[in-house]
Amino acid sequence: MVNPLFRKNIVSISDLSKSDLELIVNLATIFKSQGPSPYLANRVIASCFFEASTRTRLSFETAVQRLGGSLIGFSDGANTSTKKGETLTDSIHMISSYADAIIMRHPREGAARLASEVATVPVINGGDGANQHPSQTLLDLFSIYECQGRLENLSVAFVGDLKYGRTVHSLAQALGRFNPTFYFVAPEVLKMPSYIEQSLNEQGVAFEYLDSLDAAIEKVDILYMTRVQKERFDPTEYMHIASQYVLTADMLNPAKSTMKVMHPLPRVDEIHPDVDATSHAYYFQQAENGVYAREALLALVMNENIQELNNA
Amino acid sequence: MRETMAVEAIETGTVIDHIPAGQGLNILARIQKRNAQARLTVGLNLPSKGSGLKDIIKVEGWLFSEQDAAEMALYAPHATVNIIEAYKVVKKFPIGLPAEFTGIFPCPNTNCISHAEPVATRFSVTETPEKVQLRCHFCERSFADSLFKH
Repeated sequence: MVNPLFRKNIVSISDLSKSDLELIVNLATIFKSQGPSPYLANRVIASCFFEASTRTRLSFETAVQRLGGSLIGFSDGANTSTKKGETLTDSIHMISSYADAIIMRHPREGAARLASEVATVPVINGGDGANQHPSQTLLDLFSIYECQGRLENLSVAFVGDLKYGRTVHSLAQALGRFNPTFYFVAPEVLKMPSYIEQSLNEQGVAFEYLDSLDAAIEKVDILYMTRVQKERFDPTEYMHIASQYVLTADMLNPAKSTMKVMHPLPRVDEIHPDVDATSHAYYFQQAENGVYAREALLALVMNENIQELNNA
Repeated sequence: MRETMAVEAIETGTVIDHIPAGQGLNILARIQKRNAQARLTVGLNLPSKGSGLKDIIKVEGWLFSEQDAAEMALYAPHATVNIIEAYKVVKKFPIGLPAEFTGIFPCPNTNCISHAEPVATRFSVTETPEKVQLRCHFCERSFADSLFKH
């Protein structure tokens, strides 16, 4: 098999083709069932978090270690030479002479793209400001594939903050390649941005806005919840709006038996804890899948030949 | 009134003609940013053969390349550029929107990495009958061309 991801920078979900996405999902499935192979043995991976993160950093670092690689890096830009005024360009220049690949998160949009053009080793974007977070999209796709057995022809509702959530933007664009039907449930001020709607129209993706969460539940295979952030509203308005986007267990009665609830986490109030015990809750498996998706991504970027895929 | 009476002819240089009236000063500012010493003659609100009024700018001693002209395209997408040598027009071409603007405009997204690093901005241009949009190579956001015209 020719591995199209070998030595590729993973900056934006738009850099990945449909078959690239399927390849990563397939390998994540294999790693989850069989365990990973030491695809990063004798490799040093730099984990450069110029902005703090919990799940993304820990799951990337777990993935590196499970693949037999070793790590250098930092978990917060405050303790680096960035604080002394070093440019990102210089930092990346230096780090790419030490490590075999760079995983990075940065508070500014476009930082990973710039880094990928400076670095002499592959750069994997762990989030650049409000722009892209491709590994989150990959773990979402893997989780959807895992619980539905397919990526094609699914009905998916996105609920909550669809305006500012980079997670829903990237996932909607990635799933758009698999002939989905989308339902959007969001307050007027937090609707999908027009450029995302435009790109879905260009992809020929069917989507419609629904007035309520209830209206979406019976229609979909995946209910993708997000957090409506307090700071976007005044307190009274927030209480009124947020209450319309809270999922409780009793609301799930009309759902298909195979319907799964996903959430990028952390959740606050939008999924009541009583949902956790239902067969529909999938957000904790989703978070766990972050490790397998990132193992698959790292293995493919760092190795030309993946034995498991030749056998598959 | 004949145009030649309003704006004197130049021996060598570039004449940007058919600039929509009102956009001349924007183009002037951009030319001066490129070369503060450029010798310029400007005509504003001159009668245009086609319709209404136009601005015109003559730049002495600087023969514009198509890339030089493309920088002006956001302000005057239908202007024409005349290259003058020995008082004669030796080349004439329409200003056209380039596929990409490099190192010309700052990114309207203040949190874009291009504001924090020593790097040239890059925008890819998409043009539909309704609108022109510029997409930042770094932060991946698309902006209406109106955000760049100031």
